[in-house]
Amino acid sequence: MTHPPLSPAVRRRALRAGGLSVLPRPRAIAVTVIGLALLLLLTGLHLRLGDIPMSLAEVTRAVLGGGTGGERLVITELRLPRALTGILVGAALGVSGAITQAIARNPLAGPDILGVTSGAGLAVVALTVAGGAAHGGPGGTLAAVGIPLIALAGGLAGALLVYGLAWRRGLDGYRLVLVGVGVVAVFTNLKFWLLTAGDVNDATRAMVWISGSLNARGYEHVVPVAAALAVILPVTLTGGRVLGALRLGDDTVRGLGVRLDLARGSLLLCAVLLASVATAAAGPIAFVALAAPQIALRLAGVAQPPLVVSAITGAVLTTAADLAARTAAPVELPVGIVTAVLGAPYLIYLLIRTRRTRGGT
Amino acid sequence: MTTRTRATSPGALPAAAAPPRRRRTRGFLILGALAAAVLLAAVLSVMVGARPVPPAGVWQALWSPSGTDADVIVRELRLPRTALGLLAGLALGLAGALMQGHTRNPLADPGLLGVTQGAAFAMVLSIVVFRLGSVYGYIWFGLAGALIASAAVFALGLAGGGRAGPTPVTLALAGAAVSAFLHALTSTVVLLDKQAMDVFRFWQLGSLAGRDAAVAGQVLPFVAAGTLLALANAPGLNALALGEDVARSLGRNVALTRFTGIAAITLLTGAAVAACGSLAFVGLIVPHLARALSGPDHRRLLPYSGLIGAALLLAADVTGRVVAHPGELEAGVVLALLGAPFFVALIRRTRSVHL
Repeated sequence: MTHPPLSPAVRRRALRAGGLSVLPRPRAIAVTVIGLALLLLLTGLHLRLGDIPMSLAEVTRAVLGGGTGGERLVITELRLPRALTGILVGAALGVSGAITQAIARNPLAGPDILGVTSGAGLAVVALTVAGGAAHGGPGGTLAAVGIPLIALAGGLAGALLVYGLAWRRGLDGYRLVLVGVGVVAVFTNLKFWLLTAGDVNDATRAMVWISGSLNARGYEHVVPVAAALAVILPVTLTGGRVLGALRLGDDTVRGLGVRLDLARGSLLLCAVLLASVATAAAGPIAFVALAAPQIALRLAGVAQPPLVVSAITGAVLTTAADLAARTAAPVELPVGIVTAVLGAPYLIYLLIRTRRTRGGT
Repeated sequence: MTTRTRATSPGALPAAAAPPRRRRTRGFLILGALAAAVLLAAVLSVMVGARPVPPAGVWQALWSPSGTDADVIVRELRLPRTALGLLAGLALGLAGALMQGHTRNPLADPGLLGVTQGAAFAMVLSIVVFRLGSVYGYIWFGLAGALIASAAVFALGLAGGGRAGPTPVTLALAGAAVSAFLHALTSTVVLLDKQAMDVFRFWQLGSLAGRDAAVAGQVLPFVAAGTLLALANAPGLNALALGEDVARSLGRNVALTRFTGIAAITLLTGAAVAACGSLAFVGLIVPHLARALSGPDHRRLLPYSGLIGAALLLAADVTGRVVAHPGELEAGVVLALLGAPFFVALIRRTRSVHL
């Protein structure tokens, strides 16, 4: 049997510096650059939108510190926080999804499986329904401070529950996923039950939050996500080498000298934190964490969801969705709905185009 | 357990790979026990409720009805509901096992092909367009939506998988993408229309309560056809579990096997979901329970899954009537609250059978 010719990736020379070596992948780099350019363009278009229409030139001037005081106020205080929240939340979800899919070795496993999204959703619906009609609806302080906090607490509690139940003399990716399925089912059904138990107006309001929304976001939403990304992203990038090896199977990874449970546990913790912070800021934006890594790995032409490209894909997807959410319909839709409308057809297109993808997990 | 360590017998060679007599006896014993459990759940489901009917009363209502209150309750209310629970549970259990087998993914539920979301979208649309009070009058819309959505997913999976038919990964991803897309459309409609939201939130929960007596009869042909296709699919699925290339070399028509399986999933899930709402959790959990008894052989896994599904759904329905007496808790909620902890405990105890 003859061997297939070596792929370009194997023939390419690695860049070495001391004990570190990096294999440059031109296609991934090109995708990164194009993605960043696209993101910049989308953000510019996004900043133009609003009650006072502005041209791209005016937007650029205001962002760079020029323009009239009014323009600067509108752009930097009102529109930029919303755009930044979208970008950061999308990036956080993309990275989180890439880590989870790599660890579970399953393209369907997102941070949703870890109980983050459903935990946060349940906590917020409980708060909305319990404190809704009786207290004049969650408005003002309760909505601004209470909901992100309770969402963060709910998300972390959900993840802790899944992790704790799945831990049994070490962590098994398969068991983690199955336990996640069970826990998520309980949370989701409780959430639906609360929706039927409550008043229909509260249910509708809660439905807006659990669909994910970037409406009226300020710097208090931007800062936590930015901080989380700034700390966690470098950590995961160093752990990315382990993620690549995970594909080869648990025993092989151990044989390569990786402390498997430690590496997997800390990477999962990173994924959970990113997803929780993102969910607390914008609600559970559906489908980004599932689609962004899958789109990214097909664009970059690699076997494992790449972290940086996933982050950029997530950011582009969320920003484009928010742009569409504000312009497409007569009323403003929650962004979480539009991410699926935009992301799903694109993922399907990629699936059909890369039809030689080998199946069989 | 012996069944777990045994290698999968390729269904293509049933005679050569027939299990020894002892294992076959064990299989019949399990089958008998499960059938007894279904029967028990069905009897309880007829007896228990806001107005309990003693066994003697049930017997009399069945064979010599005389028009008493108990007779009317049993014949008009309880029996149709029990029949619906049996059909829906059987359908969802079977569909779940098929779906997980075809995608080789433990996360796959029968809704993954877009069936559930297709039915949901069609029903929500029909509420908005025709201004109905209840979704269940329009079961045909749900069924049509389910069929169209799953046909679309299959076509996309086929386009993504190439000549050999859809691969597990393309099928799962195409299903997830189409489901998310349809769910987004449904959410949009529901957010814009409060009446649709009011009906949809109950549909989403899934329940056997308050269905028209004719519903069970309407879905029966679909469930029956789906069950036959599912059982016929078992040997092919066993061969596919060894990989598509091996299955082909064993003489299996891979594309035909996939097509049969997907047709069965669509019929079964479409019927169950249109009749009872989104009860997908049954299909997700039941195959994992059944696999602990059957091992990887789909010729056992499928019947076990169907029976466990029926027993579980009926038991959940009965429990919902008991715990919230004289009202009731939806079967979907009971399933999640009782079923999921049990499921988690089972996963922690045993070494799960990997797909």
